[in-house]
Amino acid sequence: MSALRPLPRWADILLLPIINLVLAFVISGLVVLAIGQNPLAALEAIVGGAFGSGYNIGYTLYYSTNFIFTGLAVAVAAHAGLFNIGGNGQAYIAGLGVILVALPLQFLPWWVTFPIAILAGAAVGGFWAFIPGWLQAKRGSHVVITTIMFNFIAAAIMVYMVVNVLKPAGVLAPESAMIDPAGRMPKLGTFIPWFRNTDVNFTLLLALLCLVGVYVLVWHTRFGYTMRALGHNPTATTYAGISNSRTIMIVMTLSGALAGMVAVNQIVGVQYRLVLDYVADAGFVGIAVALMGRNHPIGILFAALLFGALYQGGNELQYVIPGLSKEMVVVIQALVILFTGAMEGMFRPGLQRAFMLFSPAQKAEAEARNVAKSES
Amino acid sequence: MDLALILSTLDATLRLSTPLLLACLAGLYSERAGVFDIGLEGKMLAAAFGAAAVAAVTGNVWLGLLAGVAVSITTAAVQGAAAITLKGNQLIAGVAINMLAAGLTTFLGIQWFAQGGRTPQLAPGGRFQNLTLPFANELSGVPIIGPIYADLISGHNLLVYVAFLAVPVTWFVLYRTRFGLRLRAVGENPKAVDTAGISVTRLRYQAVLITGLLCGLAGAFFSIAQGSGFGNNMTAGKGFIALAALIFAKWKPVPAMLTCLLFGFLDALQIRLQNTDILGVQIPVQAIQALPYVLTVVLLAGFIGKAVGPKAGGVPYTKER
Repeated sequence: MSALRPLPRWADILLLPIINLVLAFVISGLVVLAIGQNPLAALEAIVGGAFGSGYNIGYTLYYSTNFIFTGLAVAVAAHAGLFNIGGNGQAYIAGLGVILVALPLQFLPWWVTFPIAILAGAAVGGFWAFIPGWLQAKRGSHVVITTIMFNFIAAAIMVYMVVNVLKPAGVLAPESAMIDPAGRMPKLGTFIPWFRNTDVNFTLLLALLCLVGVYVLVWHTRFGYTMRALGHNPTATTYAGISNSRTIMIVMTLSGALAGMVAVNQIVGVQYRLVLDYVADAGFVGIAVALMGRNHPIGILFAALLFGALYQGGNELQYVIPGLSKEMVVVIQALVILFTGAMEGMFRPGLQRAFMLFSPAQKAEAEARNVAKSES
Repeated sequence: MDLALILSTLDATLRLSTPLLLACLAGLYSERAGVFDIGLEGKMLAAAFGAAAVAAVTGNVWLGLLAGVAVSITTAAVQGAAAITLKGNQLIAGVAINMLAAGLTTFLGIQWFAQGGRTPQLAPGGRFQNLTLPFANELSGVPIIGPIYADLISGHNLLVYVAFLAVPVTWFVLYRTRFGLRLRAVGENPKAVDTAGISVTRLRYQAVLITGLLCGLAGAFFSIAQGSGFGNNMTAGKGFIALAALIFAKWKPVPAMLTCLLFGFLDALQIRLQNTDILGVQIPVQAIQALPYVLTVVLLAGFIGKAVGPKAGGVPYTKER
């Protein structure tokens, strides 16, 4: 048996993720079936809930906005061979930066506040990822463990800040003051009535810009080349005279800054205040999005749309079919991560063999074997 | 502080350390064998649900425990298949397991028991009761030793004693048995183990299944020993504190116990310190909650000592052909 050849590109970026996705859906469907519900009805409810009307699509796009940011955050780090599992903490703590500029500037028009909030969110989110990056680069501690720890440290800091510092006197709920209505960013529904009063807002455009920006950065700049080279072979970059520790720190900062944009979407775009746990595990969804999207902006766009649709559809699911809760979506997402990220080895070799059966090289080899057999 | 207050704080410390210690020792087996496990949290959560669900339906605590352990071992086997046989990314496998457990426990809980994800309150027979050790009542009159024995050491549920008993057992297995030697070797240099004619795959599976067993006990502790029933996300990040403790203890059993006791003590202290001043300064509860994570980051960064994990950790083993 000759060595397995790599898959054709289209099979690698399209076929394999789709097989894994289908498998995740089938297993979740079996779970639904096992508890005595109809999985096809559930799927129909999810699809209807996600795309049924402009209202549903608006919410789907709002979720997708968050997932584009966190997916990009994971992907940028992954290109440099780093696993940033701390998107949640980075997105969470970035809210501190956003609210601390948004509240003092609330009487300015929103289009003045918006870019400043972006910078503030990027700075704080980036800083929260820079520290683990710095610790890995200079002190040798693993970025995965540090970012996990930083998720919890961020949660503790945020509870303290919201309850003891940001909460206005006389307010019972643990949340900051509201941004003045005059300074609030309008939602897209204001301009496109089709979306109605859904949460999708201008941050979606920022997300699309970030997709383009990451594409250019990773594949069309010198730094992008450096980080990909680091991801492939850190020894080679060292010999090429590139400072790996510098690359690690920059990449982690960028990754954290991208995750921090979730805070802009949530605070400036949707809730107009800082509430506890507003990230709602978007950081972990980002891992699924990046894995599905093969760390490429186009893939991430589609994967983020898929998961946005699943989340929005999942929210509607419980109203359509009583008893089926939105946690179904978390199960699907976990299975996608398991199959595309950790059990990739399940289908790849089989698929490679299947492709080799039909490859021209294989055909020639087989013919040669036949000739040899008939000659002997 | 008087003796009673100190004793009650230490008593709480023992209770709060127990799931940490079980999960920490669980992680120790897997990671010493070279399989990173950030899925401790998920296995505990799944086990807590399995144990509570079965204990609620059957009313039998032992069947509950068995179910919890079985769920956890099955989960560990899936993780093992990904990490060992399929040579997948062990970290991503852990993330997936955590997410799967969080989603599935809530989903099935809502569906089966229709109480918003909670399992029904357990009857007394459905959970582990506190045990009174022999002579605890007789000795309680003796000054100092009496209360320590009667209030602190006696009067916990079975799993607390199991957890602390698991420490010397783990130490013995790891450092005094052939299996332990091979386990440590496979985490440092799997090729050497392979060359000696021992199956790396088999050893790693054994380690991962022991991890599953111990995580199962830890999960059961939450729902059928300390609590009486399962609640959404009831492990609340304890699996990650256990992971932190494992690193803090540099992957060694006795330091693991001491670290878990320290982290458990911080937890007990944090509950008692709510809204109290110490020397006129109010320490934010969140600062104490975050301390285990901060300490671990500081240790990993090499500012206090150095934590270096098993050398072959995180790398799937591929036989050369």
